Amino acid sequence: MSQDKPKRKIIPNKHPMPFQDPEIRNHNFDEVALGYSEDTAVLEASRCIHCKNSPCVEGCPVGIDIPAFIKMISERDFAGAINKIKEKNYLPAICGRVCPQESQCESKCTIGKKNEPVAIGRLERFVADWEMAQGIDSTPDIKPNGKKVAIVGSGPSGLTTAACLGLKGYQVTVFEALHVAGGVLIYGIPEFRLPKQIVAREIENISKLGVDIRVNAVVGKLNSIDELLEQGYDAVYIGTGAGLPYFMNIPGENLNGVYSANEFLTRNNLMKAYKFPDYLTPIRVGDRVAVIGGGNVAMDSARTALRLGAESHIIYRRTLKEMPARHEEIEHAMEEGVNFEYLASPIEIKGNEEGRVTSIICQKYELGEADESGRRKPIPIPGETFEIPVDTVIMAIGQGPNPLVPQTTPDLETNKWGNIIADAQTGATSMEGVYAGGDVVTGAATVILAMGAGKAAADAIDEYLKG
Amino acid sequence: MFEILLKEELAPKIKLFKVLAPELARKAEPGQFIILRIDEEGERIPLTIADFDRDAGTITIIFQEVGKTTDILGTLEAGDFLQDFVGPLGMESEIENYGTVVCIGGGVGVAPVFPIARALKEAGNTVISIIGARTADMLIWKQEMSHISSRLHVATDDGSLGQKGFVSDVLLEILGKTRVDRIIAIGPVPMMEAVCKVTPEDITTMVSLNPIMVDGTGMCGACRVEVDKKTRFACVDGPEFDGHKVNWELVKMRAKMFAKEEKEALSYHRCGEGECQCHRTNQNEK
Ligand SMILES: Cc1cc2nc3c(=O)[nH]c(=O)nc-3n(C[C@H](O)[C@H](O)[C@H](O)COP(=O)(O)OP(=O)(O)OC[C@H]3O[C@@H](n4cnc5c(N)ncnc54)[C@H](O)[C@@H]3O)c2cc1C
Ligand SMILES: Cc1cc2nc3c(=O)[nH]c(=O)nc-3n(C[C@H](O)[C@H](O)[C@H](O)COP(=O)(O)OP(=O)(O)OC[C@H]3O[C@@H](n4cnc5c(N)ncnc54)[C@H](O)[C@@H]3O)c2cc1C
Ligand code: SF4
Ligand code: SF4
Ligand code: FES
Repeated sequence: MSQDKPKRKIIPNKHPMPFQDPEIRNHNFDEVALGYSEDTAVLEASRCIHCKNSPCVEGCPVGIDIPAFIKMISERDFAGAINKIKEKNYLPAICGRVCPQESQCESKCTIGKKNEPVAIGRLERFVADWEMAQGIDSTPDIKPNGKKVAIVGSGPSGLTTAACLGLKGYQVTVFEALHVAGGVLIYGIPEFRLPKQIVAREIENISKLGVDIRVNAVVGKLNSIDELLEQGYDAVYIGTGAGLPYFMNIPGENLNGVYSANEFLTRNNLMKAYKFPDYLTPIRVGDRVAVIGGGNVAMDSARTALRLGAESHIIYRRTLKEMPARHEEIEHAMEEGVNFEYLASPIEIKGNEEGRVTSIICQKYELGEADESGRRKPIPIPGETFEIPVDTVIMAIGQGPNPLVPQTTPDLETNKWGNIIADAQTGATSMEGVYAGGDVVTGAATVILAMGAGKAAADAIDEYLKG
Repeated sequence: MFEILLKEELAPKIKLFKVLAPELARKAEPGQFIILRIDEEGERIPLTIADFDRDAGTITIIFQEVGKTTDILGTLEAGDFLQDFVGPLGMESEIENYGTVVCIGGGVGVAPVFPIARALKEAGNTVISIIGARTADMLIWKQEMSHISSRLHVATDDGSLGQKGFVSDVLLEILGKTRVDRIIAIGPVPMMEAVCKVTPEDITTMVSLNPIMVDGTGMCGACRVEVDKKTRFACVDGPEFDGHKVNWELVKMRAKMFAKEEKEALSYHRCGEGECQCHRTNQNEK
């Protein structure tokens, strides 16, 4: 630490992020957080004390040189800052917005020990947005090396692998099942948290590296992994994510008005049902919505339902403290008027004679001893149940890996949950030349971890194909 | 973009497209379906692969105009393009030599039965087909079906062609006279349900379910059906299931999920009713 330097007065709190007013934003789909101005960014950057051992870097799964880029911001060298970030992270405008900084980079920040940590995520977002606003076109010179790699899935993991390999001169083709690239960034995370224009722009940059992105291409149906190898791809990376929605298997779960969070969010984000009938895909929320779960997916569903005009209730088995969602999203949901029901879980959904949801019956829980994961286990309190009248129930209790690829790739080893087994360092699978990473390997995790896995696999694929 | 090479009007409100999609045609098998989206504002809708030509690289779809998307689809012509066309989705039909198989198609359901019946015949089965429609002019692909069937029966609700009555009535007569090893029935839900009611439990009766779908890859769960008391996703586990084990009440109920919204969209999009939007799809040509 900088003990030897003259003591500086530390500004205790992060510079506040300008937000859309909660009472206005809960009626629109525009972005909630508006971003730092140049002056605020420079001031926030000046809070960083450039620790020698830079603990923050350890907290970033892709190891961005955080002190270096923050220093450049404080010197108003924004172009330098964004280039520094891009050495490690190809999707900075996205990570700056959606990384759970409080448990990653910012959790390790020295300033954060006594005060609020440096707003690393907001600064990262700032320079990424700054670059976009400049319209800088920084297409690097790439020398093709004549080797072909196929990437399955265009989520953050596949896109990162594609970008890394594209830069190294590989001829990369990305196969995406849906009609738009981006994975969860497009179909899952709502516009008000991550504008789709930003995702589109990042993807455009990746296309500029010569990466060919083919939408409407379901691997396992159109081509199998084995066929891709036969067709002359020298290696394959599988980044198909964790898109298979789980249900609870409780009575009434197939009634009309029960959605998986994936369906609810896909209708709205990918298909733009909030613009119905100009866009043809319908969505129905009714007056009151219950969302089951406590992660980012649940927050996104509850806040989307609110914006579609419903009263929105989160029902979570544990308490606020255990909620896995990003802190900021929980805070925003509360400000916008989402209701939180803790220590409860549905046991039955009731419907009317037309088969439409009318209410949800929940079991009350209390917290018991901590389990292996260190989280206290919820235990049902016998006889304590309650009923909430609702029109819609959204299940956001988790997702598993999509089985389409493993089903059609007999030599690919998976674990008992269907996740592809891959080496933690390289992404190598049981098949030669086939690598995997992101949610399909780890189970539902985070954007930055999926990217980290993609980057590591790109290096391993490069090694493999050079060797 | 996917070009429509050929358009045919098979019956009032029933149309056929041949779409250029070589990679899809290379992999398509009987029983599978595609999902298409007409344009940027469009909905993703599933349609069964009625035929495929691997050499010409085409997929044939047959659709009935029942709502907003199929209405707009019907206004497209050969030479127009579809924004998205993805597949082949779903499991292929189980094709083996079972012996004698009765293939039943009702209404627009004759289209998806055709490639299955053809494959069954090629596998050595005796194929008895029953096709039906409300009236004679609504009946499609009689010629095609007769080519690939050992025997073809026709039923119309009003008796304007073939036997008067339902396909299930004809089936009942056949079951009384002939040993049948397997049945496959595709058509409106009430028809498939009626067929399952008249077939004995020991004759496997496959039906093709058509729940509401979004992605068609197992990602959303919109297509949930209940088979053998278990929830299945029709887009990846089906669309064909053993009809004796299907919870038909649920199938019928879930089809009505967006009834109100479908009506609203239709009134908004149909020619002459409200703000006509039908021909906006011509923007595909730009
Ligand atoms: C609603 C929601 C909110 C979230 N919020 C956050 C957040 O705030 N912060 C955060 O860090 N993380 C968040 N996450 C988690 C994060 O989005 C995921 O961990 C991350 O997207 C995983 O990336 P991936 O590339 O592994 O897979 P995905 O993003 O799931 O992408 C996989 C892609 O592969 C495609 N695909 C699947 N099968 C095939 C096939 N057979 N052929 C071709 N293509 C195929 C899919 O269509 C998809 O586009 C959220 C997730 C959800 C669902
Ligand atoms: C696997 C499968 C194969 C099919 N094959 C054929 C076929 O070969 N020919 C054909 O004419 N029809 C077929 N259908 C039905 C066809 O998808 C619907 O008629 C079409 O989606 C109606 O859309 P619409 O906007 O015109 O009508 P809408 O007014 O939206 O709806 C009319 C009816 O279609 C159903 N429907 C609406 N949206 C969807 C959707 N996204 N997915 C599925 N069903 C929906 C509704 O239950 C409703 O009762 C198939 C459906 C499935 C699931
Ligand atoms: S990528 Fe994520 S974890 Fe890494 S510095 Fe940026 S916000 Fe922090
Ligand atoms: S730990 Fe915090 S103060 Fe230290 S270098 Fe990193 S961001 Fe700056
Ligand atoms: S249509 Fe989405 S899971 Fe079947």
